[in-house]
Amino acid sequence: MHSAGLRFNTLITLAIILLGALCAFASVCDHFHRPNVQAHAQVLQINRFRKQLNRDDEVTLTMNISMDLQSTFTWNTKQVFVFLAAEYETPKNSFNQISLWDHIILSKEQAKIEMQIVNKYPFVDQGSNLRGKKVKLVLHWHVMPKTCGMIQDSLFLSDFDLPQAYI
Amino acid sequence: MRSGVMDWQGQKLSEMLMQIMLVVHALVAFVAGYTFSSFQMMLQIFAGGVLLTTLVTVPDWPWYNRHPLKWLDPAEAEKHPKPEPPVSKKKTSKHH
Repeated sequence: MHSAGLRFNTLITLAIILLGALCAFASVCDHFHRPNVQAHAQVLQINRFRKQLNRDDEVTLTMNISMDLQSTFTWNTKQVFVFLAAEYETPKNSFNQISLWDHIILSKEQAKIEMQIVNKYPFVDQGSNLRGKKVKLVLHWHVMPKTCGMIQDSLFLSDFDLPQAYI
Repeated sequence: MRSGVMDWQGQKLSEMLMQIMLVVHALVAFVAGYTFSSFQMMLQIFAGGVLLTTLVTVPDWPWYNRHPLKWLDPAEAEKHPKPEPPVSKKKTSKHH
């Protein structure tokens, strides 16, 4: 500690260790946070249900969705990625998941969403298994904190049956 | 800013001050950030604390120099000659 350079070096080292500790404490706080997410989704209409030229089933839907993800935001949250997934079972694959719609929420004020949507991404099955299929709509969200790992969670919203015949 | 000006007591004091100031600022920053739900505020307060601590403890301020070392007079030192250091070590190391 006899020279200014040495003192500065010691100071910066301790400051960085403390900064790491601050970030670690902020992450720990986030882990005790239990968000209370409210969301609903309802299929209004199946606009199109057809077999593609390569024999894969394709569906186009209109849905009403509403969600309140404000409680996922804490002081350590950078953004929240949310997507609505269609999940169903086929004889070949026990779990199929297709993202129908997604959104990046940048602030708590924008975390309340209520809108009518047509699926943003094509709902295509790898095969022709969709006729008469029960499909679950599940809302998934990934909370991206400023420090700490990503927190993932999901909520089952509703299920609907696809028609027995192509439209 | 000359290095080596700070005395022993001053060095001890500056190190202690540095540690206390940094830890206190970190605590204040965390509590403020958590209370006001602002991560940015926490970082700003901590950065301000680091800057302030740098200004207070890094330069050779006069208050770190209140206990200057009292060196013996040269005349006094001559009366007590330094014991001869073991010379052999240095000479052998040169040959290697």
